[in-house]
Amino acid sequence: ESSYLLRIIAVIVIVIVPLYLCLAFLWLIFQEMAEPTKLTLYSYWRSSCSQRVRIALNIKGLEYEYKAVNLLKGDHFDPEFEKLNPMKYVPALVDGDTVIGDSFAIILYLEDKYPQHPLLPQDPKKKALNLQAASIVGSSIQPLQNLPVLQFIEDKFNADEKLTWAQNHINKGFAALEKLLKEHAGKYATGDEVQLADVFLAPQIYSGLTRFQIDMSLYPTLARLNDAYNELPAFQAALPQRQPDAPSPS
Amino acid sequence: MSRASLNDGSHVVKSRRVLAVVFQTAMASDSKAMARPANLTLYSYYWSSCAHRVRIALNLKGLEYEYKAVNLLKGDQFDPEFEKINPLKFVPALVDGDVVVADSLAIILYLEDKYPQHPLLPQDLKKKAMNLQVASIVSSSIQPLQGFFARQFFEKKISLDEKLTWSQYHVNKGFAAIEKLIKEIAGKYATGDEVQLADVFLAPQIFAGVPRFQIDMSLYPTLARLNEAYAELPAFQAALPHRQPDAPSTS
Repeated sequence: ESSYLLRIIAVIVIVIVPLYLCLAFLWLIFQEMAEPTKLTLYSYWRSSCSQRVRIALNIKGLEYEYKAVNLLKGDHFDPEFEKLNPMKYVPALVDGDTVIGDSFAIILYLEDKYPQHPLLPQDPKKKALNLQAASIVGSSIQPLQNLPVLQFIEDKFNADEKLTWAQNHINKGFAALEKLLKEHAGKYATGDEVQLADVFLAPQIYSGLTRFQIDMSLYPTLARLNDAYNELPAFQAALPQRQPDAPSPS
Repeated sequence: MSRASLNDGSHVVKSRRVLAVVFQTAMASDSKAMARPANLTLYSYYWSSCAHRVRIALNLKGLEYEYKAVNLLKGDQFDPEFEKINPLKFVPALVDGDVVVADSLAIILYLEDKYPQHPLLPQDLKKKAMNLQVASIVSSSIQPLQGFFARQFFEKKISLDEKLTWSQYHVNKGFAAIEKLIKEIAGKYATGDEVQLADVFLAPQIFAGVPRFQIDMSLYPTLARLNEAYAELPAFQAALPHRQPDAPSTS
């Protein structure tokens, strides 16, 4: 009898347990294929930082759920949102159990995880150029003309000072970008493929034109690039007015 | 490569080979940290926290470099020769053979690719994203708003007290966010037990923030602990502003 019992146990361990594990594994794969982990993007229609990520997602053909965070209404101060991004800024991305704030970090994460249509070239010089252009926009232009900063200046001084301040920083940045990219630009900022620099440039040029009356004739390369971006579906679909939370045109 | 002298006040300083050897000895335990011969030139200002980041990264990777001082107070950054190197007229800028890169984040990610010894970014995507997020908070949301340039605008228009308040606001906001972000995952250093990109960006920001803006670090226990850890590391020590060739001699 004990040897019979031993045989039963042996069958269980050697056959049934691995079989169960295989089936469980296959079931999980099936689940994943049926419902691939959904990407969720916390975004505000007018946020140029969110626009960058929308462009990147579109270029890579990634579907995502759009969750609107109304900055004018103060949705970003919601404690639930603060858990996602303690800086209380959009964009923030949720990918399964990964949560990332900051457009730069999000886009480089997407680059790694979803390598289709790479946004960074292999060539180290060109790669550095893209990172530099992205960083000029992301550190030297946008933060100096984002909503809270502009509100501070308007409160402290007036709307004219606010415009001067914003234009100052945008023009400085655009002048530098024009010099930087002039020699290297092809159809797009650093060659004939859309890359990281384009993803960062497009929203900044858009906001410069629509909100701060930047004279793009001073920056012929950037102006030409802007026209090129306006032709691309991935960029068009990312435009503020095309977002679910954009106010209906009055 | 020409060694253009930038202005009367600045000067070209020879390679810091001795210092590089000291690091390699100090970090002998990291057997992969072999300095590759490189022809690197760093345009830097002793006080610039952005340049400070790159100095740390170069030291961690055991890379020798030539230090070219750009005196921001004297206006060396407006020299046309420097503008060719960086049209934004900021430090740092790096020249590596025929590659010219400006902007600390772009420079450091370039160094990561080209000189992979002592990698500053982990393989794990979550941790990598966390490092990039911390670096970006420092370089986009804190430093540009409390930096030299932004404060210049206010120079004539608001009082010294208001300037301090403005800077403190941005530093505190960023530090509070970073404290929350890394609290659970910090180890010996910001995102684990290895020095990574987040540490490279945090150290200069804490260094600049605390004395200049009177930040109360007791509000950020994790950051305070990290700051003490950085003070122990030779690569970080050698990058400190007062240890740079263009630092004024202490009076």
